[in-house]
Amino acid sequence: MKAKVYVTLKNGVLDPQGKAIAGALHGLGFDAVEDVRQGKLIELEIKETDAEKAKSQIDEMCRKLLANTVIENYRIELA
Amino acid sequence: MKSAVIVFPASNCDRDMATALHKISGVKPAMVWHGDSTLPDDLDLIALPGGFSYGDYLRSGAMAAQSPIMREVMKAAERGVKVLGVCNGFQILTEAGLLPGALMRNAGLKFVCRDVELKVENAETAYTSHYAAGQDITVPVAHHDGNYFADDATLDRLEGEGQVVFRYVNNPNGSRRDIAGIVNEKGNVLGMMPHPERLIEPAHGGTDGRALFESIIASLK
Repeated sequence: MKAKVYVTLKNGVLDPQGKAIAGALHGLGFDAVEDVRQGKLIELEIKETDAEKAKSQIDEMCRKLLANTVIENYRIELA
Repeated sequence: MKSAVIVFPASNCDRDMATALHKISGVKPAMVWHGDSTLPDDLDLIALPGGFSYGDYLRSGAMAAQSPIMREVMKAAERGVKVLGVCNGFQILTEAGLLPGALMRNAGLKFVCRDVELKVENAETAYTSHYAAGQDITVPVAHHDGNYFADDATLDRLEGEGQVVFRYVNNPNGSRRDIAGIVNEKGNVLGMMPHPERLIEPAHGGTDGRALFESIIASLK
C-alpha cells in the first residue's frame, strides 16, 4: 500500500526558507505571491492491506519520527 | 570523572569533546557507538557531541535520537546521570524529548561560524557553578540549525524555573528569548548550541569553556 505524508510547519512558526522562496519568486516577476511556506512530502510503501491498520501505523511513524510535533503538523494520504 | 562520548554516524566533534574531557578531568572518556545497546557502568557524564549525525537528513538529530544507544542514555538521564548535549547533541536531546522545544533553521538562513558572547543566566547548575552569575563569556558557534523554538507557555516555564542557562548577547540565529542553552527540570541534562569544548586552553584563543567542565567535576565531589 502506498501512502503520502505531508509535513508542514505549524502556524506561528517562523519559516525563513519560505520567505527566501517568496523573495526569489518576486525576483522572477511573480509579484502576486503574498506568502510561501514550505514543507515535506514523504512517500511510503508499506506491506499492509488493511487501510485502518496502515493509517494507524503511519500515524505512529509520524509522531515518533517523520514529524517533530513541537513545530510541525502532518497529514496522511493513503493511495 | 567517568564519562562517555556517544558517536553517531557523521558526528564530527566527538574527538574534540573527548580531548576536552580527558585534558580537564584527567580520565579518558569511553567512545560509545550509537548502535551499541549498552553503556559503560557507573558513568558520571554522557556527552552528545556536535556534528551532522545522519547528514541532518529529515531533521537535525531526528534519527540519531532514535538510535539504539539513546534508550540507555534516556534511562541514565532518568537515574540522574548528567547528559551534556552540544550543538547536534542539543538537537538530539530535544528530538529525544529529554529537553523541551526544538532547534530550527537559523532565522538568517546562513550557517553561522564565529565567536559569540554569552551571558551565564544561571550559575547555580551543576554545569555553571564555576562561572559567576551574569558572567559574560565568549564561545564559538558553528551551526545552520540553532534557532531555538518553544511555545510561550514553555518559554515562560523555562524562565520561571531558572532553566535558561546561557543567553546570546547578540542573537546570531533568531532563537526565541535569545536562548543559547537550557537545562532540564532536574538539572542533570544540559543542551547548548555553542561549543565549550573548543575553548579550554590558551592555544584555542580563550578558555571560557573550561569552567563548564570544571563545574561538572566539582559537582561530583
